[in-house]
Formats: sequence, C-alpha cells, structure tokens
Amino acid sequence: MTTNHDAHNGAPVSARLGIWAFLATELLLFGALFTAYAQFRITHAELFHQEHLKLNRMLGFLNTLVLLTSSLTIAVGIAAIRRGLQKVLKICLALTLALACGFLFIKYLEWSHDFHQGWFPRTNLFFGLYFMMTGLHGLHVIAGMALMVWLLIKAQRGAFSAEYSTPVEITGLYWHFVDIVWIYLFPLLYLIG
Amino acid sequence: MADHATSSLPGDRGYLSEQGWRSWALTMDHKRIGVMYIWTTLGFFVVAGILALLLRLKLLVPGPALFSDHTYNVLFTMHGAMIIFLFIIPAIPSALGNFFIPLLIGCRDVAFPRLNLFSYWIFVAGILVTVGTLVAPMDTGWTFYTPYSTRTSAAVTSLSFGLFLIGMSSILTGLNFIVTIHTMRAPGMSWYRMPLFIWAMYATSVIQVLSTPVIGITFLLLAAERVFGIGIFDPAKGGDPLLFQHFFWFYSHPVVYVMILPAMGIVSEVVPVFARKPIFGYKAIAYSALAIAFIGFLVWGHHMFVSGMSTISGVIFSFLTFFVAVPTGIKIFNWIATLYKGSISFDSPMLYALSFIFLFIIGGLTGLFLGSLATDVHVHDTYFLVAHFHYTMMGGTVMGLFAGLHYWFPKMTGRMFNETWAKNAWWLVVAGFNITFFPMFILGMQGMPRRYAEYPAKYQPLNVVATVGSWFLALGVIIMFANFVRSLRNGEPAPDNPWRGLTLEWQTSSPPPEENFHEIPTVTDWPYGYGNRNEASRDH
Repeated sequence: MTTNHDAHNGAPVSARLGIWAFLATELLLFGALFTAYAQFRITHAELFHQEHLKLNRMLGFLNTLVLLTSSLTIAVGIAAIRRGLQKVLKICLALTLALACGFLFIKYLEWSHDFHQGWFPRTNLFFGLYFMMTGLHGLHVIAGMALMVWLLIKAQRGAFSAEYSTPVEITGLYWHFVDIVWIYLFPLLYLIG
Repeated sequence: MADHATSSLPGDRGYLSEQGWRSWALTMDHKRIGVMYIWTTLGFFVVAGILALLLRLKLLVPGPALFSDHTYNVLFTMHGAMIIFLFIIPAIPSALGNFFIPLLIGCRDVAFPRLNLFSYWIFVAGILVTVGTLVAPMDTGWTFYTPYSTRTSAAVTSLSFGLFLIGMSSILTGLNFIVTIHTMRAPGMSWYRMPLFIWAMYATSVIQVLSTPVIGITFLLLAAERVFGIGIFDPAKGGDPLLFQHFFWFYSHPVVYVMILPAMGIVSEVVPVFARKPIFGYKAIAYSALAIAFIGFLVWGHHMFVSGMSTISGVIFSFLTFFVAVPTGIKIFNWIATLYKGSISFDSPMLYALSFIFLFIIGGLTGLFLGSLATDVHVHDTYFLVAHFHYTMMGGTVMGLFAGLHYWFPKMTGRMFNETWAKNAWWLVVAGFNITFFPMFILGMQGMPRRYAEYPAKYQPLNVVATVGSWFLALGVIIMFANFVRSLRNGEPAPDNPWRGLTLEWQTSSPPPEENFHEIPTVTDWPYGYGNRNEASRDH
C-alpha cells in the first residue's frame, strides 16, 4: 500500500457515530429476545411466575452491583484520560476487567447450581429464554473483557493521552450498553417473573 | 475492435497497478474490496443461475424426471438461499456501493477501511461455512420455517452459523457506509448536492444496520433450538412456530428494500445522464428512499396472511403494504418525468435502466395483488408469487445491477466494452426474462403451487414456454459476461468520462488512482444540471 487508507481510523466523530450505529444493531439483536420474552410471559404467565422463584435473587442483585460499579470505573477512566492521567486510566481499566471477571464468576456459580438442580435450556420455555438471554449477555461481557485487555496493552505502551482517547471512549459506550442490558434482564428474569 | 486487441496496458492503470494476491487479499482500498465483492457475488449468481436452469429443465415435464423429488427440494433451497444471501443482498451495496460511494461523494476511502476488509473476509468465512453444509444439503426452502427446520436432518445448525457471519458482514458494511456518508463528503457537498445513488445507499445501510441483527438472533435461536432444545419455536413445549415467521420476516421483508433501493439509486443516476435532462423531483426521490426504508419495517406481516393472524393485524399490514407502494410510485413517476422531452440515447446502461422501470412496474403492481388480503389467499404460495418476486428482484434489482455494471465498467476497468454485443445481450436478457416469468403469473392464477417437484399435465404448455425462455435468458447473460471478460483485456481504453456524466467519479481518471482523486474536488452545485446552461457552466 502506497497511500494510507487507514488515515481516518480513530477520527472521533466517525468513531462515535460508528459505535452508536453498532449499539443500534445490538439493541435490535437483544430486542428480538425481549419480544419473545414478552410474548411467552403473556401466554405462560403461570409458568414464568413459578420458575422465576427458582433463581437466586441475591446473586442476581450482587451481579447488578458488580456491573454497575464496573460502569463507574470505566467512566472514571475516561474522565481521567481526558485530563491526561494515564496511571488512573490503567487502574480503572484493570478494575473494570476485574469486576467483569467477578460478574462472570458469579454467573458461573448460578449456572452450575442450575445445572446441578437439573434446570437446563430444554427444561421449559422460561429456562430456555433465561439461558439464551443471560448467555448472549455473557458473551457480550467476554467481548468487553477482550476489549479491556486490548486497551490495557495499549495504555501500557502509553498510547492514550488527553488528545487521543477514542478507543477508550467507544469501549466505554459499549460497556455501558452491556450494563444497561443487564439492568433490564435482572428485574425481568429475577424479580417480576 | 480487433485492432485494439492487445494486452499491453496503455497509460496509468490507476488503483489496479499493484500486482499479486497480497495486493488484493490484504488491501484496504475500497475499490479493490468492491471488485472482490463483484467477483464473489457474480460467481454465486452464476452458480445459483445454473441451479435455476436445472429446476426449469426438470419442470419441462409434469411427472418424475432427471432427479429425485428430494434433490428438487435441495436445488430450489440452494437456489433461493444462494441468490438471496450470497448474491442479491451484497451484489449492489457491498460491490458497487463499496467502489462508488467514496468516488461519488469525493473522498479517498470509506470511514473505516480496515473494518471494510474485515467485512469482506467474514463474508467469505460465512460463505465457506454455508458451502460446507452441502454435506447434508438443505431442503427447507430459503425461509427455513420451523418446525420443519428444527427437525430435518439437514445441516441447519451450521448453515445458521454461516448466515450469521454473512449477516455480520452486512451490518458492518452498512455501518461503514452510514459513517462515510455522514462524515466524509467533499467540501461543498451538502446533503442536497449528493447524488441520488448516495441517498439510496444511505437508506439501504440504515435498513442493514437495523434489520440484520434480528435475523442474526433468529438464526441463533434456531441453532439453540436444534442443539439445546430451548423450545421457543416448538409447539410441543408451548413455543410458537409463528414467532419464527415474525422474526424471519421482520428481517426478510425490509431486506428486499436492501436489494431494490440501491438499484433504484443506479437508475436515478443513469436516467438523467442518458436523457440529458436534470433529474425531475430530486428531493422527492431522495426522501422516498428514506420513506421506503421506514415503512418497509412495518409491513412484514403480509407474508403471513395465511399463516394464522388476527383479522385486524391482517388489515393493518395490508394497509401498510399499500402505503409502501406510494414512495415507490413517486420514484417511478419522477424517472418518467425526467425522460419526458429528454434527448434520450439508448446506450446499454440506459436500456437496462429503462427495463428496470418497465419490469419493476409489473413486479410492483403485482405485489399489490399479494398485499390484498382476499386475493392473497388465492395466489399465496403459487407461481404468481414466484413471478412477482422475480419481476421485482431479477427484473428490478438485477436489471439495475446490469445497468450499473455497464455504466461504471469503463470507470472500474479503464476499458470500454463492445456496445453492439452489449445490446445483443440486452435483447436476449429482457426477452428471455419475460418469456420465462410472465407465464408464471398465469400459472399462479390457475392455481399451480410453487415448490412442488411435479404438477398436473394441464400446466405443461406454459411450463414449456417458461423453460425455453430460461435458455434465452441464460444465453443473454453468457454473452454479457463474455463481453465483459473479453473487454477487460481487449477493450478500447476508456476515456475519463465516456457518458458525459456530472457526478464526481467522472472527474477522475479511468481507472481512478489509488487515492481516487489527485486533488479532492470542491462541490458547488448538484450533479444533475444536464442539457441547460448549468451543464455548460459545470462542464469545464
């Protein structure tokens, strides 16, 4: 390549517009699952009520706290790097990553308990949707963790500064989205079944 | 022509200068990526076309012939799935869109070149997975309706995964185009100075970004149904097979506008150039593209009138379906108004564009038969539907694609094709197309169902007509492609602006340099000032 076709990558306006369009896509991806949830909750109200009692509300609540805190840590990280505080950014990214690990660990405890009790995706409609929704959300958490690792490596090399923080900011938007999805999943699955 | 039959390359080969497979496989140049999409999609057009010819050949006779009924099911499934997912969805947006969006808005590349290359390669990965499913060929039809698709022994699970990847490619391409159009237009190019192809591609990209994720999750649910038995499409577990149809059509209806809108964009470019007149109703055409994209999201239920749906939702979906015909009509009237009193020259791009208008009117109006509740019950799942769909998609999108390929061939390759052979091919394509598909309207009205391997003998005469027509169509396409391939090496060198167009791609060399423009142009006017004093002032 003689010319630099990559020159526009990371331009803040285009990157921001791009991530918002991507989040719109993500919204529709989860949207279909929420639609299925709404339909079956109406047609199988009794089943949903019965089954949701089996979920561990304490762990679900704990996970909500963990994920909300991780949204805070990445937001602090973004605010920090806008002021050029590279060290604070690194700490915040590491904290976010750790909290994401914690979220997945708690999720693992829940799922293994479910399997132990013999509750599988094939058990009934409620558990089918529960595993599908939390599973897809979990995959998004894992993708977010991969992004955090990538950001940490770049931050370690001093790639970010007050002038350039676009990857951190768009990852932050993605992470807030993952958080928001959970904020809907938690009450729908654990609380008002 | 023979005098110029030389493979030596005169002058600058522009973006094509660099040689070797790495210069293609790792390129971030939107033009090269566009060219790779063209080869890939046209390849599947040929493969799926051959399958269609085989299907037509078998339908020459009412009874068993050539291959088994199961093979027939596999062939029409493969034809449908390939032509939809591997050809017609990416054919114009990913191929010509990639090549021409930056050229038409006057910038050096798309907003995210690396993502663009990634989109191409996940498209290829998706194709490989899809083709891998040939070990247990699909027999579900391209619609994959449950509960059959959750129970058949065909490789539905891996196919779902392959199509998921292809969908991802489609989303990322649409995302790239939205950002490119928003942020990278040349200085002076306000929204109302954008070529109408760009408006069409913008509307298309919005649909791709907002509808494709729904088919993505639907495929995931289908796979989860087969692997884990989650049961949401399984009535035995209280699930709902109709939900699958709702999800499927929530994507697959809007996506027909992903197929048709870019073709409409091409027609909007070609018609004023060859009529030498300013486009009539610029804003009406631009906004009608957005209107189609918007209303197109609200009409999916018309695929399910006979699947079991409340009367009231049937009435609403039927009304909205009529409503989406309005912006389409606006476009057609504006093209015709552009032609009115124009100095029309019938070069091959124009011939295909005019065929688009003519054939799409037939395809569009017969769509209203299917969108009306009462008539739909009569013609649903008959050959009437097959004829309607092919008039819109082949008579519409493919004619638009052919118009675009002829119109932009000189710019993409730096060579002219042979116009006489292009016209000969056009006669065969258009005549063959009508001979093939028009009889299907009548067959459908008479009640011949689609997707059946055999049929009562009374339908045979019209089936023979259709099959013979498919041979003319095939011959026309072969001549057209042969003309292109021959011209790649032996065509006369193309001038920068063979059709005297005013859009920006004609202001640069043919083929364009790697950075598209030696100097980024400044735009001072809309690009349709043909045939009046505006043209003189722009045509410096």
